[in-house]
Amino acid sequence: MNIQESTRFAIQGVTANKVRSALTTLGILIGVAAVIILVAVGTGSSKAVADSISKLGSNVLTVSSTSTSAGGGRAGAGGPGGSGGFAALFGGGSATTTDSGTKSRSPQLTMEDARALTDKTTAPDIEGVAPVVSAQSVTATYQGASHSVGTFTGTTAAYLLINNDSIATGSAFTDADYNDHARVAVVGTTVAKDLAGGDGTSIVGKTVAFNGKEFTVVGILGSKGSQGPQDQDDVVLAPATAVQDTLSGYGSISQIKVKAASADTTSAAQTQVETVLDGRHGTTSSDRDFSVFNQAQILSAASSSNATFTVLLGAVAAISLLVGGIGVMNIMLVTVTERTREIGIRKAIGAGKGDIVSQFLLEAVILSLFGAIVGVAVGLIGAHFTIVGVQPVVAPYSVILAFGVALATGLFFGLYPANRAAKLRPIDALRYE
Amino acid sequence: MATTKPVIDLARVTKTYGEGETAVHAVAGVDLVVERGDYVAVMGASGSGKSTLMNIIGCLDEPTRGRYLLDGVDVRRRQEATLSRIRNRKIGFIFQSFNLIPRTSALRNVELPLAYAGVKPGERRARALAALDKVGLADRTDHEPSQLSGGQQQRVAVARAIVTEPVLLLADEPTGALDSHSTADVLDLFDELSAAGRTIVVITHEVEVAHRAKRILRMRDGLIVADDRTVPVHELPPAFRVKAAAS
Repeated sequence: MNIQESTRFAIQGVTANKVRSALTTLGILIGVAAVIILVAVGTGSSKAVADSISKLGSNVLTVSSTSTSAGGGRAGAGGPGGSGGFAALFGGGSATTTDSGTKSRSPQLTMEDARALTDKTTAPDIEGVAPVVSAQSVTATYQGASHSVGTFTGTTAAYLLINNDSIATGSAFTDADYNDHARVAVVGTTVAKDLAGGDGTSIVGKTVAFNGKEFTVVGILGSKGSQGPQDQDDVVLAPATAVQDTLSGYGSISQIKVKAASADTTSAAQTQVETVLDGRHGTTSSDRDFSVFNQAQILSAASSSNATFTVLLGAVAAISLLVGGIGVMNIMLVTVTERTREIGIRKAIGAGKGDIVSQFLLEAVILSLFGAIVGVAVGLIGAHFTIVGVQPVVAPYSVILAFGVALATGLFFGLYPANRAAKLRPIDALRYE
Repeated sequence: MATTKPVIDLARVTKTYGEGETAVHAVAGVDLVVERGDYVAVMGASGSGKSTLMNIIGCLDEPTRGRYLLDGVDVRRRQEATLSRIRNRKIGFIFQSFNLIPRTSALRNVELPLAYAGVKPGERRARALAALDKVGLADRTDHEPSQLSGGQQQRVAVARAIVTEPVLLLADEPTGALDSHSTADVLDLFDELSAAGRTIVVITHEVEVAHRAKRILRMRDGLIVADDRTVPVHELPPAFRVKAAAS
């Protein structure tokens, strides 16, 4: 009795009751497909987040305030005197700085903090600095159309460079606009389409009211698409000076975006940012009231939360695979009972324990193998569709794992019924009706 | 005869179910020797112990006490694997309810004991076809049991029993589920096999069946109460002799 022979008997057994075998296989199939698709969704969303973060550039640092105390009273971030290039823009601005906060402890990030970072002698590895002033709940109106803006950012021209933003139509605002407190704005495609209709390009050159304050739209940003629920095209950029004049007031700024000269100097730039700001805020690494993130840190935070998400999805799918395995065991137990007499005949004419075990074990494995193969196919096909806004990315390990676990399930859950069959005494089995 | 070993040699064999007061002696002490080439019928009412005796002879059950040599081999206290090998090599079973594997062709059914014996596919097929030819079913090899009549199914079972060339053919009520025409067919087949020198033991409660044998044993209460020989061991079975004389 060889394995071929046992396989033939097992295939005969499986095909003898096609509907039942198909239903049993379905349990394994769903389990395998679920593991592959759900892990692919998890991996896909990780990849989407990683992609959008890396689009920002690996040499961008984000400085944000960690203090919660209000610092709204600090005024005097007046327009710097110089022009032409942002280094000159901030570097030359000391003449008009009226603030006395230098070297004193300030709870929030200020325009002066941003300006200090442009000093090439204390921060040689920093290539660009852009302060970010946010205006909350801004509604844009244009010729009767209105749109609630997702993100309204006041910044400098350097922001577009740092953020890898491009201009699709029209032009960006300039440092001169910044210095002149010019009321100009660059809008994202979502905003443009919502206000002007069509492809939105007709809005360039027109005046749009943001919370009643009029800004002239000079350009439209290139589309960046969505990152999860956040539409990255639902943005408006304007010179920080004009935004402070009209919408946000002269309080603290929410972030400072810093671009290092290259990816290799990112950590040097980070140290320089911390040194300069520690000096200005009078803090040390232990009581720092701001924090500096680089993209790698944000990426690792995002991917660790995504990994948890993926594991959870995988676990749910694994449970369905286990249930499928129990289905195989159930059917094999029924089969063994049903075929008690056949087992008795086989044993009477010379089948050994091993022959019976291998026959029934192979039946269980064939059921789960078939389920696993079709399950992998269904999983790979299913992963081509976008699921809840995520384009799944099939992880090869999940395919191998699901397939292997399905087979192991068949073996494990087939073992008990097969042994039960083999243990039957031929005299009892033959008497069974 | 190359050997003088008896096919069956039972000495003081008992089979007891239960213990103490409630003990039932299904077989209460049987001495039996069956020579090679004999054709023996075992008769008895139900409960006489003939089925238990058949299970012991067929190595499907172990005697409680006593000695059993099958073709000179002591089969007591053997591992289950050894017993299935002994059954496979030495005994061909024929059951009342045919006991063919369902949804499996006649050829595959006949091949089955050879498969368990490890015979190669080519030889297996040739031997199975020869056995089916011998029982007159050469044209039914691809039929499944459900497509065959009762008589044909029993002939497939006989083919399966003889395909391994066993020393003993053991039939348990082989005609119990057959009409008279099929019964005659199967009994003629037994006569031919006996005439060819095979050793046959038939368990039956039908007198007509028993009268085809060379020797008739009667059992009652677990004991052999009568042992009548109608034809010497090495002569042809009675009905076959009559037929041969007639033709």
